[in-house]
Amino acid sequence: MTDLLDPPVQLPPVPPAHEAIEEHGHDEHHGPTGILKWITTTDHKVIGLSYTITSVIMLVIGGAFAEILRAQLATPNGTLVSFAQYNELFTMHGSVMIYLFAGPFAFGALANIMVPIQIGAPDMAFPRLNALSYWLYLTGAITMLSGFFTAGGAANFGWVAYAPLSNSVNTPGAGADLWIGGLLLTGFSAIFTGVNLCATIFYLRAPGMTMFRMPIFTWNMLVTAILILLAFPVLTAGLIMLYCDRHFGTHIFSVQGGGVPVLWQHIFWFWGHPEVYILALPFFGMATEILAVFSRKPVFGYKGMVFATLSIAALSLGVWAHHMFTTGVVLLPFFSIMSLLIAVPTGIKIFNWIGTMWRGEIWFSTAMLMAIGFVVTFLIGGLTGIYLASPPLDFFTHDTYFVVAHFHSVVMALVLAGMGALYYWGPKITGYLLNERIGKLQFWFLFIGTQVFTFPLYILGLEGMPRRVAVYPHDPQWKFLNDLSTFGAVLIGVSTILFVVNVAVSWKRYPAGDNPWDAQTLEWFTTSPPPHHNFYRLPQIRSERPTWDYNHPEHRSLGHGTHPEEHHDEVSSS
Amino acid sequence: MRVEAKVLLGLGLFFGLMCAVYWNWSLENAGGVMMFAGMLLCFLPGSYYYWWSRRMRARPEDDPNATQGQGAGFVGTFPGTSIWPFTLGMGAFFVVLALVFGIWFLVPGLGLVVWALLGGTAEGRRGGKY
Amino acid sequence: MQTPALPPQGATVRARRWRRLRRTVALPLAALALSGCTVPSFGASAGASTSSKSVFHLWQWFSILAVVIGGFVCLLILYAVLRYRRKGDNIPKQSQYHIPLELAYTVVPILIVFGLFAATLVVENKETANPTTNVTINVNAFQWGWKFTYPGTNAFVYGQTTQNPEMVMPVGENVHFNLTSSDVIHGFYVKAFNFSRYALPGVKNEFTIMAQNTGTYFGQCTQLCGLYHSLMWFRVKVVSQSEYAAWIATFNNPADAAAAKAAAKTTYQQTSAIVPAKGSTTKFGR
Repeated sequence: MTDLLDPPVQLPPVPPAHEAIEEHGHDEHHGPTGILKWITTTDHKVIGLSYTITSVIMLVIGGAFAEILRAQLATPNGTLVSFAQYNELFTMHGSVMIYLFAGPFAFGALANIMVPIQIGAPDMAFPRLNALSYWLYLTGAITMLSGFFTAGGAANFGWVAYAPLSNSVNTPGAGADLWIGGLLLTGFSAIFTGVNLCATIFYLRAPGMTMFRMPIFTWNMLVTAILILLAFPVLTAGLIMLYCDRHFGTHIFSVQGGGVPVLWQHIFWFWGHPEVYILALPFFGMATEILAVFSRKPVFGYKGMVFATLSIAALSLGVWAHHMFTTGVVLLPFFSIMSLLIAVPTGIKIFNWIGTMWRGEIWFSTAMLMAIGFVVTFLIGGLTGIYLASPPLDFFTHDTYFVVAHFHSVVMALVLAGMGALYYWGPKITGYLLNERIGKLQFWFLFIGTQVFTFPLYILGLEGMPRRVAVYPHDPQWKFLNDLSTFGAVLIGVSTILFVVNVAVSWKRYPAGDNPWDAQTLEWFTTSPPPHHNFYRLPQIRSERPTWDYNHPEHRSLGHGTHPEEHHDEVSSS
Repeated sequence: MRVEAKVLLGLGLFFGLMCAVYWNWSLENAGGVMMFAGMLLCFLPGSYYYWWSRRMRARPEDDPNATQGQGAGFVGTFPGTSIWPFTLGMGAFFVVLALVFGIWFLVPGLGLVVWALLGGTAEGRRGGKY
Repeated sequence: MQTPALPPQGATVRARRWRRLRRTVALPLAALALSGCTVPSFGASAGASTSSKSVFHLWQWFSILAVVIGGFVCLLILYAVLRYRRKGDNIPKQSQYHIPLELAYTVVPILIVFGLFAATLVVENKETANPTTNVTINVNAFQWGWKFTYPGTNAFVYGQTTQNPEMVMPVGENVHFNLTSSDVIHGFYVKAFNFSRYALPGVKNEFTIMAQNTGTYFGQCTQLCGLYHSLMWFRVKVVSQSEYAAWIATFNNPADAAAAKAAAKTTYQQTSAIVPAKGSTTKFGR
């Protein structure tokens, strides 16, 4: 324990953990520069930055689609786009946001950069595989979006591609095949990233960084990676079956040849529901980190948080058919209770987040505002999710705007957390802070916009407006609520523009320093941006907050017997 | 190693239980098979880690009292820069385009894939270059 | 250390506090109880069938719980945000665990969840029960319209996209529906029944609805089914049993029936179903 209390100069001045790394391209300054640097790099930080930029571009593209959709719905007989274009746009809006933004932004961008640094690793376990993941993701995105430039337009069967609508009779044309192809590529990209994260977390932790000292974000990414490995192969298999049905004359999902259309839904949602947690868990992790740092407290109930995450993962494989309650061919009680049970670990998380803030010293930076906005928005999305876990209530709201509002509350909460993470970790990645004033303005636009966007949709759903309709001439009284929702979407759009403006305004303007937030986890111990292979030196790791322990040795967490040996240590050494 | 093994085995065990309940109750095969596969997928690495965790000394990263000095030494081989991931990615891109636009895309696609696999393997043996 | 409060004093304080609490909590509750059945609808409506009403009551219970829990959590967040904003550079107490509290917010939600599940089961079993009925309606969905046939009679209703077929069903009687699809998956959704069900190709989905109020209700396909999904409407006209019988009888005039059939025949044949017999699929597969 004494070495923990040592002043910084007495720490080894050279990287103790990684001095013997056998590295061939050992100095980045002598490597290729310019475009070739970005193409040939295997550095997780550069790859992560590529991921960040690409996925934020995808957010903008998907958001633009959303604005068009909302503009179409602003009048009952919207004529902005045709029915066919509308179908293409909402299909690609969902696909871009889920396949190309949320997942890759979480596990490609932020996890890729942060997980190795948080656990004190020099890089991901398989750097070249990591680079391959990015190239598959990029080409997958290009493939999927290039459907718009084909004669028949992009895929138009919804992001869930329900068979038999997605077969070659009902959806001929290259757009659908490009969708399948793009999804195969991004699917493999996700699987490789999952393998990489698992291996990195299992094998490259710094000495003393036991599993139960990993930051919550890293824990969540580990669970996410495991879920990716469980879920994505199922999707890939399903896509191959779908492709065979479309082109090789198999009849896996068509009734005419003895197939079962519902099988596609089983396969899709067996991937699709774990995917929901693959999307959500990383953002939970980001919010947890932010809440703890800006409350100047440790994560409340750290172990409970980890077990909650693990139990979400455990339950996630048994809830897929709550998307299929109205098919009439699934076992309702089983999926109902499993889905309801998910509320328990999620509730634990929410109470832990509040407990983290409780009696803290809350610093309302932009990141913290985003994280609090995340908790509130996610609470709304979570509570409405409980309704949907009950089959009778699902019969009543299924495929109406209530469901749309529910999952947009959830995913907009994730966007809030993601934006918070960009404000929180951006300085670590780039070395420069973002402008706080514009950031707070962005937060209020994003937060209020989200609520104004989703609340009318809940009511519309209860009044019976089905999703994926381009017109509603029978119910012109829905116009007001739709307009309100469109207004909310515009506010969200403005917030995104503000973010881009903020990046432009703050470009290399506010140097961050190594630890601008007085943060707790290991990534704030190294320089901003971190050097090649991340660390010049490492502190002793004696809790899940090594940087905090190092900076505030007198304020270590008051665990009650979680690390008894250490408290004993402390007593004996003093 | 032990915690990693427990996480995976615990998840696998839960999936197994869930699979048993679900399959016997619903008699629906697709979900039963997928859950069973999920269980196996957790048991495979989980039992490997468990096996090793019983047979090796705690690694520095599993030792709560490890000092940074214990991590000194050979960590691993990390390549510098490499063109082969990009080549392989482009090969995969062309292979996928072959699924959509025609079989002839397989020629550049598989060509690039094979080239990248050979190049990447050779690079790994040689020790890479930049 | 201040002098500890004397027991009687403490008791009065506690009693006063309790009285205040009782007042703040009991008044709204009493108001709620006095107003009787005016539990808010939370945006939903009771609908026009027996099951829609029980679903609505379930909805109300869920909503009350959601509002209470959500409000409580929001208040906690609000309190934390207002009370604990940073005032100086002091570092708060680094507390990290509180096992009894953590256990409480693990166990209480589990109990709530099982309560919700029990309520769900009751309503669900009521709603998915299939009692024997006198009236059966076969509903066939296709791109992009609906065909309703009434087995044992000559009646049928057919229409697509903008034609708005109008299905007729009797009030106060269990009506058995056989729902099928000719091509892709459609969603049979009648808002007034608070109910929807997929029309799956190759599967006969069965359910029973007892309408309680006469009237004409709007129905729509809810599952994306291609280009004209937005226009796939129908109407449900719930009529008295005598009117229903009269409506059925109008189809018994052979000439009328033949003319009506001929009008629909061409389109219908193009999309006619390949629906296997009932025995070929059990409820959950295998």
